[in-house]
Amino acid sequence: MTILFHLALAAYIFATISYLVYFGNDNRKVRTLARGAVIAAAVFHTAYTVARMISGGHTPITSNHEAVSFFALSVTLGYLSFRWRYRVRNFGVFVTPIITALMLVALFSDHRISELPPALQSLWLPVHASIAVMANGFLALAFSGGIMYLLQEREIKKKKFGLFYHRLPSLEALDNLNRHCLAVGFPLMTLGIISGSVWAKQAWGTYWQWDPKETWSLITWFIYAAILHQRFTAGWRRRRAAIMAIIGFAAALFTLWGVNFILGGVHSYAG
Amino acid sequence: MQADRIHLIGLNHKTAPVEIREKMALSGDQALPYRELKELGCEECCILSTCNRVEITFVARDADKTAPAVRKFLFGGSDLSQEEYEKYSYLHRGRDAVTHMFRVASSLDSMIVGEPQILGQLKQAFKTAVEHGATGPILNRFLHKAFSVAKRVRTETNIGGSAVSISYAAVELAKKIFGDLAGKRVMLLGAGEMAELAAEHLITQGIAEVVVVNRTVERAMNLARRFKGRAAGLDELTDRLAEADILISSTGAPGLVLEADQVRPIMRQRMNSPLFLIDIAVPRDLDPAINDIDNVYLYDIDDLQHVVDMNKSERDREAKRGEAIVREESLKFTSWLDAMEIGPTIAALRAKADEICRAELGRSLKKLSGLSDKERKSLEKMTSAIAAKMLHDPIMFLKNETDPGLRTEKLAVIRRVFAIDPPNEGGRCERNDQ
Repeated sequence: MTILFHLALAAYIFATISYLVYFGNDNRKVRTLARGAVIAAAVFHTAYTVARMISGGHTPITSNHEAVSFFALSVTLGYLSFRWRYRVRNFGVFVTPIITALMLVALFSDHRISELPPALQSLWLPVHASIAVMANGFLALAFSGGIMYLLQEREIKKKKFGLFYHRLPSLEALDNLNRHCLAVGFPLMTLGIISGSVWAKQAWGTYWQWDPKETWSLITWFIYAAILHQRFTAGWRRRRAAIMAIIGFAAALFTLWGVNFILGGVHSYAG
Repeated sequence: MQADRIHLIGLNHKTAPVEIREKMALSGDQALPYRELKELGCEECCILSTCNRVEITFVARDADKTAPAVRKFLFGGSDLSQEEYEKYSYLHRGRDAVTHMFRVASSLDSMIVGEPQILGQLKQAFKTAVEHGATGPILNRFLHKAFSVAKRVRTETNIGGSAVSISYAAVELAKKIFGDLAGKRVMLLGAGEMAELAAEHLITQGIAEVVVVNRTVERAMNLARRFKGRAAGLDELTDRLAEADILISSTGAPGLVLEADQVRPIMRQRMNSPLFLIDIAVPRDLDPAINDIDNVYLYDIDDLQHVVDMNKSERDREAKRGEAIVREESLKFTSWLDAMEIGPTIAALRAKADEICRAELGRSLKKLSGLSDKERKSLEKMTSAIAAKMLHDPIMFLKNETDPGLRTEKLAVIRRVFAIDPPNEGGRCERNDQ
């Protein structure tokens, strides 16, 4: 089973390196290799997740290793689904390093399959946790789009065309990427919070108990709600939208990790 | 050697000033010069005449006599001396001529390296030559090869990739900001010539509307009519700017026409949808501080010139890669051409036949066990006799031709029928590559 994880990690690393090489030399064959590697990685990774689900008897999203691995998988699947509909030049160069970094975090986390405490044994676990993590996947894509936007914008604004001007797509395309990823990520995030709240009602008898994770996910939700609201009313588009996508993602990461390690609470993983 | 029969005499923007070049242009009825060139001893020829170059490519046996005559013909309409002929023009022969033609076709020899028009002009020149029956087997292959080399240079290098004129650079930048330019609105502030040129480039990109704002509304209306756009007076500037995406400014005003403080409220009104401002006026029309506003991109004439310079150095790098392709291809083409002689062709035919005999014989001998040495020998003899008899007629077909032009033609046919050259080598006619 672990071999699947290692295969996926190896394929991600290979894809990352190939994309970086393609970024440097513009050789299309290298890009084809990189794309193939991402798809292979996605297959191994999905197989790993399913295998772990079968052997553990529950959705593999209850330890740090599982959650981060699932997070990486959702970035990959989000990326592939996006690529399927749109083309954004050199997007892979910015996304694959994030996935690889997440996979490395998962690699060094405890791999053991944890026993599920009775409170978590519910159909709501896969629904709530996977939707919440999928949301993070799309927010991560919006984050990379934001970085790309700022890099490209800087060169156009400063009139110094360096590494990025020819290699990155137009500002318009990057802004569309940002909008698309938020338009998918935000509803998922909302659903994640609602499903968690319904589950909390069933498990603990109350919809909301101001557990640190709940508080922080609400803060993150408000940040993204503000981004979207401002985008459509006050013109927080383009540059500011890119900056906000980066800030919002930082908040989402803190909700995912910072809360567990610094603040604790009922969402701390069993393992 | 066949390749050494190819010659190229011409002059271009590097060797001759425009006063000389403009006297050369072989325009008008093309039948006359072709007839004359034939009389001068050109078995095949092709005239390329553009505003930057006049070149005659020809195939001749007795080049020592033909070349000076062609050079004289080239300068026929002018009153220059012999020394001046030689000073302004060049004569290339053999592989040099091949390399030169490939460089011309690939736009490596152009005034603006990488500008693609020359290939079309060369194709047109070739077509005209064909229509006048001036080309033959060598030039047909040579020029088709030149077209495919040009194509290869274009696809394998980024030579035509970046804009090297100010108005193209502006279009390229606009695309980096807006992606697709379809549906975007352009505003011209002032009715200068440069602004017109830039607007024309933008219109070919499918922009939706042109608004012309000018101090005198009358001139604005004239220009607006040209672009099927609208005209407005200077007092409407900020209102119209709120609706535009791209502004090209080129007024003759002595001071700034648009200040940063005027643009800020416009951006709020536009909900931060980006604005691309191009200031090609000297002195500048637009406040440089405008560039500090979020989502506004201001480029003045120096900025654009800087972009052009950067793109030019990029082109120079790509041109070096193009030169390498041209060198490789001209070497391949000349060696192919040199093989287009009777001797090498017959040798190649026999070698091919021998190889087939050996292979087939080997296969059969494996199945036929228990043959005596004598039987073996006579089998070998038989196969090579069959091969030799089969080849006899094609070889005689080649040898009996005394006309050199027709002989080249026949050589080409035989080489193709027997597949002596690897496919796509030596400029096999690619008639569809328009």
